[in-house]
Amino acid sequence: MDLALLAQHALNGAMLGVIYALVAVGFTLFFGVLDVIKFSHGDVVMLGAFTGLATSIGLSSAFGSVPPWIAVIVITLTAVAAMALVGALMAKFLVLPLHKAPTLNVLLITLMAGTVIRESVRLFYPQGSNPKPFPRLLPDGAVNLGRLTLRFDSAILLAIGVIAIVGVHLLITRTRLGLAIRAVAQDPETASAMGIPFQATVLATFALGSGLAALAGVVNGLYYSEVNFSMGLLLGAIGFSAAVIGGLGNVYGAILGGFIFAALQTIGAVALPIASAYKDVFAFGAVIALMAWKPAGLLAERSAERV
Amino acid sequence: MSKRLPYVIATALLASLSLIAHARETVKIAFIGPLTGGVAANGLGGRNSAELAVKLRNADPKAKYHYELLVLDDECKPNVGVQVATKAAADNDVIAGITHYCSTVAMGTVDVYHRFGLPVIVWGAVLPDITYGNNYKEIHRVNGTMINQNEVAAKFMTGLKFKRWAIIHDTTDYGKGHDKYFSEFLKKDGGQIVGDFGVTADQQDFSAELTRIKELKPDVIYFGGITPLGVRIRSQMDKFGVKAVFEGTSGIISDAFIEGLGPLAEGVVAFREGAPADKLPGGKMFLKEYAAANYSDPPEAYGPFAFAATNLVIDAIEQVGPNRKKVRKVLDRTKDHDSVVGKITFDDHGQNSVPLITKFVVQDGKWVVWEDSEYASGKRSLTGR
Repeated sequence: MDLALLAQHALNGAMLGVIYALVAVGFTLFFGVLDVIKFSHGDVVMLGAFTGLATSIGLSSAFGSVPPWIAVIVITLTAVAAMALVGALMAKFLVLPLHKAPTLNVLLITLMAGTVIRESVRLFYPQGSNPKPFPRLLPDGAVNLGRLTLRFDSAILLAIGVIAIVGVHLLITRTRLGLAIRAVAQDPETASAMGIPFQATVLATFALGSGLAALAGVVNGLYYSEVNFSMGLLLGAIGFSAAVIGGLGNVYGAILGGFIFAALQTIGAVALPIASAYKDVFAFGAVIALMAWKPAGLLAERSAERV
Repeated sequence: MSKRLPYVIATALLASLSLIAHARETVKIAFIGPLTGGVAANGLGGRNSAELAVKLRNADPKAKYHYELLVLDDECKPNVGVQVATKAAADNDVIAGITHYCSTVAMGTVDVYHRFGLPVIVWGAVLPDITYGNNYKEIHRVNGTMINQNEVAAKFMTGLKFKRWAIIHDTTDYGKGHDKYFSEFLKKDGGQIVGDFGVTADQQDFSAELTRIKELKPDVIYFGGITPLGVRIRSQMDKFGVKAVFEGTSGIISDAFIEGLGPLAEGVVAFREGAPADKLPGGKMFLKEYAAANYSDPPEAYGPFAFAATNLVIDAIEQVGPNRKKVRKVLDRTKDHDSVVGKITFDDHGQNSVPLITKFVVQDGKWVVWEDSEYASGKRSLTGR
């Protein structure tokens, strides 16, 4: 295998890694503030993608042809805003009422909420059980560097993903909201005593995580030009695994986990002398091995410092 | 009193007569297919078609029984399929079944039908072993198997002077079966297979496989699998710059495939047994009635088969009455039975011998029979898309 081909695979893997990381960050944020696992997260990714798709159809039927740049921005913002709202609502009505109950209950209720979301899209989106083409809004060209093809759309999406991840980092480390999130994650009672509104902070965290999920959904749609109602299932499982190998509760761990998982899948499909059908078996098997080696994740949260 | 008596008797007689006319004995038939999940479009098309057959028969004043369709969802999952198959088979009111689109599910349920003695007709699954892998008299199938399909596919494509193939197939029995039969026939016809990739049925990303395939420079990518995966792979071929003809199987012949791809579907070829519905006299009637019934989903490729299977079952019940054993015997003896998919004849294994395989190509957003297409006439070419 030559260098160009290797670089091509690395590029493909990086693109996957960005999507996985965006999903994984949500899982880790929710776990950080409330110690809950929200299993509907993958389906929120899917709902975000479908919101983007519906927005783009609405845009072109309302205004005719819209410049693609504006369309991308409007679609992304609408999807992110809508999912942030959905995330906050789910936190308020499903997660918060149960947060004193065993965490298993939250896991179950969100698992069911995910099924409701998935089946609702299938039933109520027109012909929702079929795969849907996602509009191609990004420039179609590519540069060829020898045998390495760098597509403009991949480069743009990679940049969007990285900017989002850096943005989350800045939000958590540099803003008052980030401070509040970190405080609640560390010790909700003390944080409340210090005047940090517990419920508002939790809602904001869920809005943030779900907004990122919507972004992952839109990036996914723009990258593959296709979305379908069941896409959230595997993305959710992968995002969760990535968050766990990185260390649940640690944002950087989730990002690292996302890229590790993408790398494992790519290696499983490309470099190993096994049928490519086993790449997920290989990747999830490696996750099991990693967890056996570091049960708390690669970047384990120290109990005194979360998120 | 004595004067009124004749009227009373006459009225009573009339009333009871009309009661008989309206209260025909109700007979239940089961329909099982994937109504939710990734291939739900095909399942819903089949369900509507079976329902249409029942509705038309119930409207027929000459019918001896009133038919009721028990609709069950197998989700295209073998475990769910066995559950619902058992539910249908254990219900003594159910006389026969119209069962399964997904081969993996049909494979899992044949034992159930045999054990309960429920005669069934498979309406969409194409794995040969469903009928040929056992000696169960209960199992019949109106559609053909993937053996015939791939024989024609390999001969046809090598005939178009394509040389190099890369195969992508899902790792279910269905995908593996297609992989096996197509590879066999292709080697016989002199085609070369440069790579063979198994993928899971719910895989989203094919960047790794397609990047490798791009290096192998095939003329054709053969895909053994069903619509959702087919849409994803064809769409990503374009993303990763793989310029090859996309050749599918009967599993991708659906309106959903074209809807999911838009213009990218152009020039995709696939093969299916049986003549297309609108080429048969009965088929035209079927499409007309289907349109008149105003279903929200199209019948899809296998709707006509579900319709034909339902009619076959109803005809058998009309002939011998609602008795599983007798109905099974009538079905076993089916020969030259007219239907919307052509004449149906079951062999020793209950398999309909469908000699005709139709070749399809997507042209301007429609599945067009190859011989009628601009590709066959030379106006367009598969390679120079």
